[in-house]
Amino acid sequence: MSLLAIRHLSHAFGGLRAVADFNLELQPGELVAIIGPNGAGKTTVFNLITGVYRPTEGQIVFQDRSLIGLQPHAIIGAGIARTFQTIRLFRELTVVDNVRIAWYGRTSYGLVDAVLRLPRFTREEGRIRRRSMDLLEIFGLAPLAETTSKNLPYGQQRRLEIARALATQPSLLLLDEPAAGMNPAEIGQLMELIQSIRREFHVTLLLIEHQMRVVMGIAERIKVLDFGQTIAEGTPVQIQHHPRVIEAYLGEEEVG
Amino acid sequence: MARAWRRWWFPLVLVAVFPLTIVLPRSGLINPYVNLVLKYVGINIILTVSLNLVNGYMGEFSVGHAGFMAIGAYAAAILTVWVFPAGTGVWLFPLALIAGGLAAGVAGLGIAIPSFRTRGDYLAIVTLAFNMIVKSVLENVEAIGGPRGFMGMDKLTSLAWVYAWVILALYLARNFVFSNFGRGVLAIREDEIASGLVGVNTRQIKVQTFVLSAALAGIAGGLFAHELQFINPRSFTILKSTDMLLMVYLGGIGSLGGSILGATIYTVVLEGLRSVLQQIGISQEWRLVVAPLLLVLLMIYRPRGIMGLQEFRVLMPHEEQPGASGAPPAPAPQPSGGGSP
Repeated sequence: MSLLAIRHLSHAFGGLRAVADFNLELQPGELVAIIGPNGAGKTTVFNLITGVYRPTEGQIVFQDRSLIGLQPHAIIGAGIARTFQTIRLFRELTVVDNVRIAWYGRTSYGLVDAVLRLPRFTREEGRIRRRSMDLLEIFGLAPLAETTSKNLPYGQQRRLEIARALATQPSLLLLDEPAAGMNPAEIGQLMELIQSIRREFHVTLLLIEHQMRVVMGIAERIKVLDFGQTIAEGTPVQIQHHPRVIEAYLGEEEVG
Repeated sequence: MARAWRRWWFPLVLVAVFPLTIVLPRSGLINPYVNLVLKYVGINIILTVSLNLVNGYMGEFSVGHAGFMAIGAYAAAILTVWVFPAGTGVWLFPLALIAGGLAAGVAGLGIAIPSFRTRGDYLAIVTLAFNMIVKSVLENVEAIGGPRGFMGMDKLTSLAWVYAWVILALYLARNFVFSNFGRGVLAIREDEIASGLVGVNTRQIKVQTFVLSAALAGIAGGLFAHELQFINPRSFTILKSTDMLLMVYLGGIGSLGGSILGATIYTVVLEGLRSVLQQIGISQEWRLVVAPLLLVLLMIYRPRGIMGLQEFRVLMPHEEQPGASGAPPAPAPQPSGGGSP
């Protein structure tokens, strides 16, 4: 059984077809990358999966359940988490609060428990704080728990965003250009981090990335998009020698 | 021992002050005018906390909270004057206030559900209209006095009651803010889309926050009605809502301490202005100019207010105070240079 099955997914903004007939099957435990020039529709696919946009056409089935029409929070609750191309932390909140929020959908106390500070609230809050700190520990952010997140260096903001996504306890994690803006040393660390996340958290990973070093180094399977169309699909070696991929990337360089 | 003291001294002080709120007005140590101003300060603190939940913490923009105050005021007053048996008012007063809060909360639910169905800035327009509608309806229902207003309430709002309700409102609001619900609200202000994508049910928490806010405004309205012993629709116009906005943005958005400061400073300054204008012989009408003008200046020069997004340590739950959880205290915030993209 596949974890995620996307069939004939299309999305149009007005007259512009951002994604056309996109198909993807993810098996549990896989690490798949989506690459393509800017504007190819990669992030739109993520936005369609997580319910930010509602697709014009097609199906998205996650663990045998259709995601079409669900609100983002319900999709996160079903076990999908994501990060963003440009960092979207809750900038004015502390590092630990950024992570604690991610337990929102799994919090077992209600509004009355919270407002009256009933024992159920105190127990659950303690649990959330401990587990958030454990997670920050893994990401090397525990000493910075009380820091306002906007004051973190860029690389740590990226790590915090991944930690926050993992706090929702996903079985599928979508990473949108995690290496964007990182220097070569940071990229090396990131690749190790992604591998260790895979081992420790048993998540399936779908990755958008421009850094060929990351994509070729860790992805098992690659899909290439251009102008919303899937132009190639295969292993890293197959993709590197695919004529249409070379064409798409060279074509973009000329324009750029 | 020292730990227990650190944790409990502030609640103990609050309890110790309570008898003073009963004794001082009666003993004549504070004169009736000061007593009155103190009560207004308290009522305004509740109103400011109420509006701060929506405008400060959640980052939405309600401009019609006087409408909820009006509903609370009329509902509570109708109960004590018409419904409760004569002579029981003193004992049933808390019930009347709670009923006023509930009535305002139900109205808040009616506003919140349609307003938060889609993203966008509908709330300001909807609440503006709501405020005007409430005033018009009250003016046109003859049974409750129409434009002449409603009277006959006993003077049930004592300094002690105001004090107790202020503490209760602050306690409830604090508990709400420092929970995962409150963190969800803050997340919405920071980035609504991202908060949905970490699992926050944004629509639901927006409605819940708005209802809580409306209910607090309703309770303040009930206290207000039983202080003045006379309410009329003109007490609850957009001007009253503007006062509330001003207290929120003066004291500081997203802060209970800021709400206390904003309400206190604004109430005292406006009272002071009353006597100043009287002495130099300028029309009291000019007080109406001060509030909107101050609001514009604040929004331009200090949009977060005195305590914006900060909190007094004593107003935080013990386990949320920096350093209380065993985690090291935050390093001093570095000046954010260019920042990240």
